[in-house]
Amino acid sequence: MAECVRLDSSTSSHTMDKSITLPPDEIFRNLENAKRFAIDIGGSLTKLAYYSTVQHKVAKVRSFDHSTKEAASDKLYEISVQEEVTARLHFIKFENAYIETCLDFIKDHLVNTETKVIKATGGGAHKFKELIERKLGLKVDKEDEMTCLIKGCNFVLRNIPHEAFVYAKHADSEFRFQTTQPDIFPYLLVNIGSGVSIVKVESEDKFERIGGSSIGGGTFWGLGALLTKTKRFDELLQLASKGQHTSVDMLVKDIYGGSYGSLGLTGDLIASSFGKSATADKEFSKEDMAKSLLHMISNDIGQLACLYAKLHNLSRVYFGGFFIRGHPVTMHTITYSINFFTKGEVQALFLRHEGYLGAIGAFLKGAEEDNPNQYSWGENYAGSSGLMSVSPDMNPMQRARSGTFDMLEMDRLERQLVNLPLLQDASSYIPDTMDLTEDALAREYWLYCFEEALDGVVKRAVASQPDMPEASERAEKFRQKYRHKLQTLRQQPFAYGSLTVRSLLDTREHCLNEFNFPDPYSKIKQKENDMALKYYQKAVKSLEELSWEERQFALVRGVLAGNVFDWGAKAVSDVLESDPEFGFEEAKRQLEERPWLVDSYDQWLERLKGPPHKCALFFVDNSGVDIILGVMPFVRELLSRGTEVVLASNSGPALNDVTNGELQILTEKIAAMDPVIQAGLREDRLMLVQSGSSSPCLDLSRLDKVLAMVVRERQTDLVIIEGMGRAIHTNYYAMLSCESLKMAVIKNSWLADRLGGKLFSVVFKYEVPAEKPSQHSAALTPS
Amino acid sequence: MDKAKSMMDKKGASGPFHVNGQSQRVFHANGSCCSGSNAFGSSTGPSGGTFDTMHHHLHRGDDAECNGSPAKRCRLRRRTESVRRNRPPFPWFGMDIGGTLVKLVYFEPVDITAEEEQEEVENLKSIRRYLTSNVAYGKTGVRDVHLELRNLTMCGRTGNLHFIRFPTQAMPRFIQMGRDKNFSSLHTTLCATGGGAYKFENDFRTMADLELLKLDELDCLIRGLLFVDRVSFNGHPECYYFQNPSDTQSCVKKPCTLDNPFPMLLVNIGSGVSILAVYSENNYKRVTGTSLGGGTFLGLCCLLTGCETFEEALEMASKGDSTNVDKLVKDIYGGDYERFGLQGSAVASSFGHMMSKEKRDSISKEDLARATLVTITNNIGSIARMCAVNEKIERVVFVGNFLRINTVSTKLLAYAMDFWSKGQLRALFLEHEGYFGAVGALMELLKITEDP
Repeated sequence: MAECVRLDSSTSSHTMDKSITLPPDEIFRNLENAKRFAIDIGGSLTKLAYYSTVQHKVAKVRSFDHSTKEAASDKLYEISVQEEVTARLHFIKFENAYIETCLDFIKDHLVNTETKVIKATGGGAHKFKELIERKLGLKVDKEDEMTCLIKGCNFVLRNIPHEAFVYAKHADSEFRFQTTQPDIFPYLLVNIGSGVSIVKVESEDKFERIGGSSIGGGTFWGLGALLTKTKRFDELLQLASKGQHTSVDMLVKDIYGGSYGSLGLTGDLIASSFGKSATADKEFSKEDMAKSLLHMISNDIGQLACLYAKLHNLSRVYFGGFFIRGHPVTMHTITYSINFFTKGEVQALFLRHEGYLGAIGAFLKGAEEDNPNQYSWGENYAGSSGLMSVSPDMNPMQRARSGTFDMLEMDRLERQLVNLPLLQDASSYIPDTMDLTEDALAREYWLYCFEEALDGVVKRAVASQPDMPEASERAEKFRQKYRHKLQTLRQQPFAYGSLTVRSLLDTREHCLNEFNFPDPYSKIKQKENDMALKYYQKAVKSLEELSWEERQFALVRGVLAGNVFDWGAKAVSDVLESDPEFGFEEAKRQLEERPWLVDSYDQWLERLKGPPHKCALFFVDNSGVDIILGVMPFVRELLSRGTEVVLASNSGPALNDVTNGELQILTEKIAAMDPVIQAGLREDRLMLVQSGSSSPCLDLSRLDKVLAMVVRERQTDLVIIEGMGRAIHTNYYAMLSCESLKMAVIKNSWLADRLGGKLFSVVFKYEVPAEKPSQHSAALTPS
Repeated sequence: MDKAKSMMDKKGASGPFHVNGQSQRVFHANGSCCSGSNAFGSSTGPSGGTFDTMHHHLHRGDDAECNGSPAKRCRLRRRTESVRRNRPPFPWFGMDIGGTLVKLVYFEPVDITAEEEQEEVENLKSIRRYLTSNVAYGKTGVRDVHLELRNLTMCGRTGNLHFIRFPTQAMPRFIQMGRDKNFSSLHTTLCATGGGAYKFENDFRTMADLELLKLDELDCLIRGLLFVDRVSFNGHPECYYFQNPSDTQSCVKKPCTLDNPFPMLLVNIGSGVSILAVYSENNYKRVTGTSLGGGTFLGLCCLLTGCETFEEALEMASKGDSTNVDKLVKDIYGGDYERFGLQGSAVASSFGHMMSKEKRDSISKEDLARATLVTITNNIGSIARMCAVNEKIERVVFVGNFLRINTVSTKLLAYAMDFWSKGQLRALFLEHEGYFGAVGALMELLKITEDP
């Protein structure tokens, strides 16, 4: 009980400014290109889904045509901002009371005349059929509710990392998000609407209702209304959260007196729900009765779910339906029940976007010809409201204000994303090193850090578009949006799954894109690339003069020193800002002397004395000095040793990270100066691929399919990950099935402190996977 | 499972147990000498068996093993003699103190000799007269005369077994009465089971100077059930089922015998519900339970309708229509939900109509009582069915006082078992519904005296 009170009081003071009550044009966005509508009308909430295309600006780089020597030739390449059209799915959830207003708005803004039908599902679809057809002039095409639900469930489980979570009321972080499993089937979906349906899902198209119960949300609501004279479902839950069930229920200790302990019984177990109301001659409080009812129903559903899970031997059980939706009270009681009945063998899992499943499924039914399941989709953090945005339990003030809208936007990714085949165990891989949802101190620091950096980002964004007068206005909107996100995350760190440095960075990128700042660092990157290229030959030459062993060390130091040049790190951007002359040599001087904070250089050197690697996959980091003077000489050495190299860089821009487009040009330039690189390219021993990501961090479970293919084909036996974002914030603990090298300079004193080092401490982590008996030798071992 | 099956096969061959007319009933308290846990008795052989008719009891197969050697047979006879001598003093009571009701069984000897009559102390006589000459005790105590087992032989004595119940709330008055009647002077052991045996132990001691012998309620339940079934209900079968449970017109109650009771799923519906998988008299496990039981039905009915007793609640329920309260599949889908093979008449949401204010204002108390009864009953049926499937047991026996005078529930359970299992499961019921724990407790009293 204390927890409920704490929750309420901790959020209430902040909820006033967190309303997402927005003007309709900020809710039903991109309607002008909208097509393929679907609607899911439930008992109290309507969920609308549509597909739209978004035009946004992207930064492209193009090599100058050097055959016509022109004035611009001092620049390395040309940067142009182009319009690009991408697909986006919009999902909006609002109260049924607004359905008419919303339909009117959609009608007024719907330009696309190709749309003829709207897919509909949910119990209310029938009721509103006529209204929808009249208002929108679209034919309502009804789809089976459960089919939609399952389709939607499969979709979110497959496409949204951290979709599922375990709810633990008494833990530091109430929401414990599950990592995406490579295979989502089979699972059990327990949908608690007015009744309960228990569905076993075995594949995309194969599912079966294996059972159910009539005691569900409708029973809680209906019986609760009779007992307490309270009409609304939410109010009933509020009552329940304040009540004591022990005054209404007959407990084991009520029957056994005080001596149940010696029998191994738990006295607090409920022997008979409402058992006391049959005999006690007294009035019961509404709160107590509501609580008793909640326990009775939750326990009953939990028990049935366990019996079915056991019978069908399933351990993944997801709960959904309006009884669960955004209500910590019911998630807690269901979780408790499941733990009790399975003794912890089965975990109750909940879904972040549970409320949208029906709408998503109905939409997918209507969009089958577009093959949405062939693409990978990503949650757009800028356009999505996040978990619990309108939960009355989390935000009691929201209820007082009418018209709250919750949104989910998903972008179609240009490329299909898959696991890196070299992960030791894809199902247990967690990209992020630190979970800020659980680590309150770290959360506090990083939220502060990102808020502090916001001014600089805004300034940089404006500066990146000097020819556009409205840039500062847009930048201001970006500032508001991102600040609002940070505030939301301060209150609800779980809003988008586990909060991590990566998710904070990605959210910022999403927000920048939202306001058409596709690449604020494009000019800086261009300038720095240009500068660094001028020193390339000199750098290579000085390395060549060193002995083999000296050179190996110098190469590593070069990568590390290059990695100091990072606009994403505050400590460094301050230096770069104030001292444009800060050079490569200066950076080397800043480096920590050996032994480094994490130092397996000796093992690495030993390894280099051995046979060359077959193929190295190198995830690169920053533009300029980092890639040109740090990484390229290192790559050059690998090539010289006879190792093939695959350079993986971002598909889209993020901070000053080098993008695949930029790297193509840079490599060509370097090849023109360096026969080793040239030969590598020509002989296809040096390959540039895109990672599929536009993040300063790296999720090895969501990589471009082509990259995964190349890695497999080339029998990659070494993975190099460089930089703080990719090797420390993420993947620090990633276990690979081949040799790996993680190199980074810690450019943040707080983080350095956390890791037991200091500013500019070096992490050089060379790992060899534990020797596993090969298939062959295993087969020869007598059993 | 294998063990239970082989035992069943053995007994299957033995045929119905033997009853020697009305006057010589068989009593065997704990006859199994095969391995198995016995919380209280010795484990060195049949501990409670007493009579020459012993070889007729249910565990004939086991006895054959015991009687295998002459030495064993001899030991058995000696024991029988000793028990005859060490018979406990009257009065013989067995008590089951539940969360809502106290169930009391009383053995009234009818073979009292003149000599005994003379020796019988006054307060013992008065207890006997008080219990046997009344059918109601105080405001709330009731003797279920129709359940009386007549001319029963127990521990070498012939008598009538009386079944009495009163609310657990009246327990303090009952203890008070024990003190007033100077019960402690009779030096009898009061065998009690149920949670109340623990809860009221101290009150018995301090208020009435009585020591309770506390017994495990599940042990007592099973032992009592098997005993009553074995001795039969005054010559008629104790057990019954419903023929054509799916058809309200032709659904009829049919007596049956429980000769091969194992394995059985035993569903005891008292205030709460316990579900046991029983493989033999001494081999069982508690599978699960639910807090939605008889107490929930009565508790909710009291809150919803203002009624005060179980009888009142059932009476109302018998007149109501639950479809005014519950939302059916057809209320949502307009008919059957074919995608999932759900009939339109199936309940989709218990009390689902009550989400709407208009409906809340238009229903009767009788409808509410009926819906409560149907909801609780269906839920128990559903959990019991799942347990039966998980435990691979086809015979489901429902007992407990929730089923007393409750044909709505018994028929509904019979229907639910049959319909949802497509005829695979059969629901069985017993006439002495809620009294088996008390009978089991009485049997312990008769058994313990054998140990000096």
